[in-house]
Amino acid sequence: MNEQVPETRRERPVREIPVEVVGRRQGMFGTTGSGDTSGFGGLAAPIVLPGPSERPYGGWFDELADELEGALEEQGLDPAEVIERTVVDRGELTFHIDRAHLLRTVRILRDDPALRFELCLGVSGVHYPGDRGRELHAVYHLRSITHGRLIRLEVTAPDADPHVPSVVSVYPTNDWHEREVYDFFGLVFDGHPALTRIMMPDDWLGHPQRKDYPLGGIPVEYKGARIPAPDQRRSYS
Amino acid sequence: MSTQHHEKAGAGAGDRADDLAGEEAREAHRAQSRETTEGRVFTVTGGDWGEVVEAVGRADDERIVVNMGPQHPSTHGVLRLILEIDGETVKEARCGIGYLHTGIEKSMEFRNWVQGTTFVTRMDYVIPMFNETAYCLAVEKLLGITDDVPERASVIRVMMMELNRITSHLVFLATGGMEIGSTTLAIFGFRDRELILDVFELITGLRMNHAYIRPGGLAQDLPPGAVDQVREAVNLLRSRLHEYDKLAAGNPVFKARLCDVGHLDLAGCLALGATGPILRATGLPHDLRKTDPYCGYEDYDFEVMTTDTADSYGRFLIRLKEMRESLRIVEQCLDRLRPGPVMVADKKIAWPAQLAVGPDGMGNSLDHIRTIMGTSMEALIHHFKLVTEGFRVPVGQAYAAVESPKGELGVHVVSDGGTRPYRVHFRDPSFTNLQSMAAMCEGGQVADVIVAVAGIDPVMGGVDR
Repeated sequence: MNEQVPETRRERPVREIPVEVVGRRQGMFGTTGSGDTSGFGGLAAPIVLPGPSERPYGGWFDELADELEGALEEQGLDPAEVIERTVVDRGELTFHIDRAHLLRTVRILRDDPALRFELCLGVSGVHYPGDRGRELHAVYHLRSITHGRLIRLEVTAPDADPHVPSVVSVYPTNDWHEREVYDFFGLVFDGHPALTRIMMPDDWLGHPQRKDYPLGGIPVEYKGARIPAPDQRRSYS
Repeated sequence: MSTQHHEKAGAGAGDRADDLAGEEAREAHRAQSRETTEGRVFTVTGGDWGEVVEAVGRADDERIVVNMGPQHPSTHGVLRLILEIDGETVKEARCGIGYLHTGIEKSMEFRNWVQGTTFVTRMDYVIPMFNETAYCLAVEKLLGITDDVPERASVIRVMMMELNRITSHLVFLATGGMEIGSTTLAIFGFRDRELILDVFELITGLRMNHAYIRPGGLAQDLPPGAVDQVREAVNLLRSRLHEYDKLAAGNPVFKARLCDVGHLDLAGCLALGATGPILRATGLPHDLRKTDPYCGYEDYDFEVMTTDTADSYGRFLIRLKEMRESLRIVEQCLDRLRPGPVMVADKKIAWPAQLAVGPDGMGNSLDHIRTIMGTSMEALIHHFKLVTEGFRVPVGQAYAAVESPKGELGVHVVSDGGTRPYRVHFRDPSFTNLQSMAAMCEGGQVADVIVAVAGIDPVMGGVDR
């Protein structure tokens, strides 16, 4: 990889394994359920998230990765064990962190003077049913006002054991954010002071933003014609 | 308006029930009470607080829990405040939110990328332009076309955002003023906001929920006369802004209500993730327009406003000053406007036709339809596919943030390579800032809760999404 941070999809070089497959696309046009009229229905391609990057990452990313690895070692942690992979994509730096070490890592990221990520921008849940054993992702964005940097942390948990440590003790702002992710994805943040639903009613069943939770909706009647509900319409993904 | 009073469960609750039975029968038409496992619950409406106070006065202790909202004129929309009060002092304050949750993030996963702007504009409905821009910046980052967005589109985006910043701050002044009893501020604020909404209506066709900013650029160019009307509105607003200074900024009553209320220092702001005027009121000049410029903000000349009071009055002053800075930026935008395209050249992303309203009030560019129907079958297919399926976005995730009037508005979008977003998450500043309500209000007076919440300026459409 060249020194410049890849800005666009065109510049992103083809990488080798390991890759993270989150789904499978079939056919030529992304539709299902309409019969194989094109004859291309047998085509299948995996949906692969951007894979790990090799050093140098470019820009301040290398300096930051060095600082983080050094700080982890200082704390008696093995960086290779804590950081599962480092992804540089579209000018953004993502560390995939092992969930067992999340809490100590964010504490280091906040407290180490060379890192100093004072501001946590909450956590966003993503559900990848096709990512076997890593279905639930929790995505954190951290901003350093001191150094003017922004990084992303990604932690995964399997659907069978949906637990991730809570970072509220380090970033109190994540109190509501973690409740929201729990509410919508069923991801349990261990150590959260009061992990309850925040948007949905307390007696709601299920977690609405999971991919296996239906959108619901009713067909629209329009002058005798029936337009299917949004979740029943043809999808080209 | 309906408000519930929870009296703390006490051993003597049963005895008092007998004493009060006859009295309550007489007052049944006004205040009602019933026994629950939580203690006695009073349901009061309107102006019969006297009975409540009287009944509570007979209780063993003064601590009562007041549910303020979710339908209360001074809680800024459907926000429910749960206050445990001891006399006039707030001991504990908590928020109940979710009353306006409409599942926008989920719904977006079932529409294409362009339709996403129509959803996000409805999130925080007071700052639609910021929602749209943040979403579009994130989608453009995913597409890798950030640098291909035409200059004119970026200038118009900045102009619309800065006009929108003024309307948001005016809504803060109007509703915040209303809540502390200044109806003049409310009238002034909404009167001036109307000027900008008229500009929005001329440019986008709508006063709210514009869906004007699209991935790759804008839905359409400025209509004839827009520049003149913007310039006129800017001049009129500038001539009126001093009224707020005269009416409020130096007003002793106003200052008595706002000064030293809702205090939150720098460490508290960063711990609780509070950004925007709340953070700048602690003296830290953090503004994403300066630190992480987008849409060409690095080329504009403006100041980041701060105060060092860390209270509601400081936040009010910052918003007042930011409106003047926004006017400066809008004028620079007008000078910077050059003819050119307002959408990326890539015909795989930009719709080939520009919207033009026909004589029946609907429709698309007639010239374009004539061309594609009559001369080019491929163009017709292309247009049809783009409109019905939408464009595909390469696999990956991106985060884009803009400095909204309320703080950092961040968007995390994930694509699985399809024509629909796989996941869109809004880090709404109202949602995050509202968490600081407890830290600002506990230990203070009940009346100061209203001022502190108004100073946060939460919009429940953004909080609940």
